[in-house]
Amino acid sequence: MLQGIAFYLLAAVAVVGGLMVVTAKNPVHSVLWLILTFFSSAGLFVLLGAEFLAMLLVVVYVGAVAVLFLFVVMMLDVDFVRLREGYARYLPLAAIVAGVLLAEMIMISLVVVNGGAASDAVAPATAVDMTNAEAIGRVLYTDYVYIFQAAGIVLLIAMIGAIVLTLRHKPNIKRQKAHDQVNRDRKTAVEVKGAATGEGVTAEDLI
Amino acid sequence: MPDLISALQLSAPEAALAVGGLVLLMIGAFAGEKSARVVSTLSVLLLIGATALAVTGPLGRAFNGAYVADPLAVYGKALIFLSSAVAIVLGDGWMKRTRIARFEYPVLIVLASAGMGMMASSGDLISLYVGIELHSLALYVLAAFHRDDLKASEAGLKYFVLGALSSGLLLYGASLIYGFAGSMRFDEIAAYASTNPSTGLVFGLVFLICGLAFKVSAAPFHMWTPDVYEGAPTPVVALFSTAPKVAAMVLIARTLEGAFAGSHDQWAQVLILISLISFAVGAFGGLVQKDLQRLLAYSSIANIGYALLGIAAGSTIGIQSMLLFMTLYVIDQFGFFGILLSLSRNGRPVRSIADFAGLRKERPVTAIALTVLCLSVLGMPPLSGFWGKWAVFGAAAEAGYWMAGAAGLVASVVAGFYYLRIIKLMWFDPAPDGQPVTDKSPVEAKAIAWACAAFSFPLVIIGLTWLQPLTVAAAAGFGAG
Repeated sequence: MLQGIAFYLLAAVAVVGGLMVVTAKNPVHSVLWLILTFFSSAGLFVLLGAEFLAMLLVVVYVGAVAVLFLFVVMMLDVDFVRLREGYARYLPLAAIVAGVLLAEMIMISLVVVNGGAASDAVAPATAVDMTNAEAIGRVLYTDYVYIFQAAGIVLLIAMIGAIVLTLRHKPNIKRQKAHDQVNRDRKTAVEVKGAATGEGVTAEDLI
Repeated sequence: MPDLISALQLSAPEAALAVGGLVLLMIGAFAGEKSARVVSTLSVLLLIGATALAVTGPLGRAFNGAYVADPLAVYGKALIFLSSAVAIVLGDGWMKRTRIARFEYPVLIVLASAGMGMMASSGDLISLYVGIELHSLALYVLAAFHRDDLKASEAGLKYFVLGALSSGLLLYGASLIYGFAGSMRFDEIAAYASTNPSTGLVFGLVFLICGLAFKVSAAPFHMWTPDVYEGAPTPVVALFSTAPKVAAMVLIARTLEGAFAGSHDQWAQVLILISLISFAVGAFGGLVQKDLQRLLAYSSIANIGYALLGIAAGSTIGIQSMLLFMTLYVIDQFGFFGILLSLSRNGRPVRSIADFAGLRKERPVTAIALTVLCLSVLGMPPLSGFWGKWAVFGAAAEAGYWMAGAAGLVASVVAGFYYLRIIKLMWFDPAPDGQPVTDKSPVEAKAIAWACAAFSFPLVIIGLTWLQPLTVAAAAGFGAG
């Protein structure tokens, strides 16, 4: 009973949040709605008994990804009025696609209600006396080592890509070189120039 | 432990590419930008080595069925890795001439090839998805590689956003399939689906097909293709239209035949619909194009339709015809891109179709090569393109899809218009006044273009005598090991 109430509450908040992400006028608000959606999804994960995934969702998606979104939205100079220009024009097409998807999802839900998803399929190998994190830890580096390594390469490619697309070697840039800076001494850094008494120095003399 | 060792032996080609890619990255990072040539050469050697490993390696399954090494995967990998190597050769010279040579280009292609290898031998839904992400993330970056070029940046961004959307569709489908079948392994899904046909599974399958159709740029999921083909650097487009397409086609065949052989009726309908739309978009969309790279994008949409028709046949002959078609298609594509890369006027690459006017006088051999390639893609017997289409239509007809095959023939005839227009411009139209003469061609692009044209005709007659048995063995060995 309590679980049912919690589920419908969290699910409703997640759906409304998702809707607001795409309809909110202000993109900063969109990101805030997205964070709400992530939190509700985390709650749904807890209901399913996947508390480790719920924590990951909050830490990674809310803590890192959504905050990064906020930075990007705030730092980029985007003309949001122009961005929404085609909104009314594309709305009918989008409504049709969304309608088709909604109909499909309702049909799938009916299938689940009638037959149940994977009710008689292969039973997932879960041990009851094990926490989530322990269960994932047991298979992550053993059964799924192949996928784990491949995912690592995906991240590596993302890093290479970011460097390829953004790093520029500018010729006249001044970099910090700790070794050179520490090894400066008075002999190399200071040059003593004589100045005749009573005449002073001009700027040209100093260069 | 012996388990891990045998698994590593099975997955040696991908492991070699991943480790080799890391080593090459180190070489490039420490030696600086001037190492681009060395890294390119080593990458080509690495890809050839990986091909050798794939061809000579043991067959079997590893990592709980996530990795499958069967003759189909081996054939696909050989084609994919060699195509990637050719793309590196084409790209190395081009990047140098446009002064954007960087060592990351070959490294990204090597890592993408590892992902494409994963796709070709994926045995469950996770390795399918990770393989797709691995190769497409590298391809997004490659599309925008010429970062000071506005069109290339646009191409990269468009490809990235639409690719992410398609990944979302694919993941949604995969999660539905997992939810209904209770397993991610293709063989277990197949076992479940054969006893409990369920609407949910079919929905998941449709989403999965949509996501995969995006990756092979089949209509109606083709929106990104013309813009990306037009904007991305030419050698990168040469890669796009070859290796990833082969990997995705092998993956589609593997998923549909491996996990959903029982619901052939359902997915064959979807595939045939996609093929028919692709024929129409590819044939009619190409008619109004002025840019050759854009034209090749539409041509690739239509050609993917033919290959999908082969898979839709749902038989061993269907897979064999798809493999043969893709092999011949890849060779034709490299010919086209070799010609595009070898022609320039006053340093400006020849891109527009009108630029080919009067090429007969200036470049007779290149004109002959381009004519052969055009006739081949058009499907003129006995050039190579004809044999591919012959095999695919034969497989479709055998499965009872006469109408789809006939539609494909009509599309070929319509598409014939734009290939014949190029031929007419080259041979019969005079060059416009004041058109600067073509520059000296780079050797590697010219050599690849001529070799591919020579293969299209007449070498294909000899080539078919060993390609045919190879593809038959690859298709027959599907799922073995």
